[in-house]
Amino acid sequence: MSAPAAIATFVAIGVLTFAMRASFIFLLSHMRMPAWFEQALRYVPAAALSALVWPEIVIGRGGALLSPDTYPKLIAGAVALVSALITRSVPLTLVLGMAALWLAQAVLP
Amino acid sequence: MSGAARKAFLEGVRDAATLLPGVAPFGLVFGTIAAASGLTPLLAHSSSYLIFAGSAQLITLSLIGLGAPAALIVLTAAVINLRHMLYSAGVAAGLQHLGPGWRALLSYLLTDESYAMCFQRMQSGGPFAHWHMLGVGVLMWVQWQISTLIGVFVGGVLPESWGLGFAVPVTFIALVFPSIKDRPMLIAALVSGFVAVLTAVLPYRTGILVAATAGIIAGVVSNRFAGAQPGAPRDTTLNR
Repeated sequence: MSAPAAIATFVAIGVLTFAMRASFIFLLSHMRMPAWFEQALRYVPAAALSALVWPEIVIGRGGALLSPDTYPKLIAGAVALVSALITRSVPLTLVLGMAALWLAQAVLP
Repeated sequence: MSGAARKAFLEGVRDAATLLPGVAPFGLVFGTIAAASGLTPLLAHSSSYLIFAGSAQLITLSLIGLGAPAALIVLTAAVINLRHMLYSAGVAAGLQHLGPGWRALLSYLLTDESYAMCFQRMQSGGPFAHWHMLGVGVLMWVQWQISTLIGVFVGGVLPESWGLGFAVPVTFIALVFPSIKDRPMLIAALVSGFVAVLTAVLPYRTGILVAATAGIIAGVVSNRFAGAQPGAPRDTTLNR
């Protein structure tokens, strides 16, 4: 892709992303959110982040579910989960999770 | 900036600093994808401030590397970023007292990580929650610019077998599980994760949006159900 085409693509995506990020922040002053909607927002962080996490862990190369190349990720994910619940520390969980991944990659066939 | 505002801002900066071990490897992964895209390092890096959304940037550069048409790339990245509308709705109530400049700046800085870190404080409605969000957003931005800048210059030489990309799901695990406060939230996370795996075959990663929606509905429904039982604490967090 040429440089001007790449810049134009980035700007188009950037503008759309900004519009989505700004949507409710700017429109809310002109409307009231229904109560059910406010209730639903409470579940957004857990649901959105969970949707991003699990496919990365349990789906292996070529889209196979729980193929052998996912085993190190499963172990590392479990270590990260336990660490997150016990330590509540992001950096520590990252160190332990990545260490578990590398260890499992080295040990498993 | 008053003393309390500065304190909230610095707390935000400190909160975001804990994310650096996740952001830095992501920057390197971004660099490896950027190297394969055929763009010059600085051109690839311009997406970091023009788009400022990690997973959308990864997909964008991958698709450029595959020679996909620009319209398809824009559409794909936009669909991936749709979840930001949910984040926008989540923080909107806490930002209504601010002027358009503040709101535009905090909109630009809104990411998965900053939302996860700021949501709680924004909901409880502290007077300096926006300063905290600014602190988180500014440091996340600086970390992302520097990490991806290093990434585009050195990322091309790192082997994929290091699995650095896995730092991203680990960061999300570290952010999401400690924030689960009750059974409906746990159900929301589990249902969403399950549906995300089932719908992973859908094009343009639309499955993420389907899964998040299913998880949110499961959370709301199970909260209703819990509230119907005597003695069960009903969710009142949002009833201001």
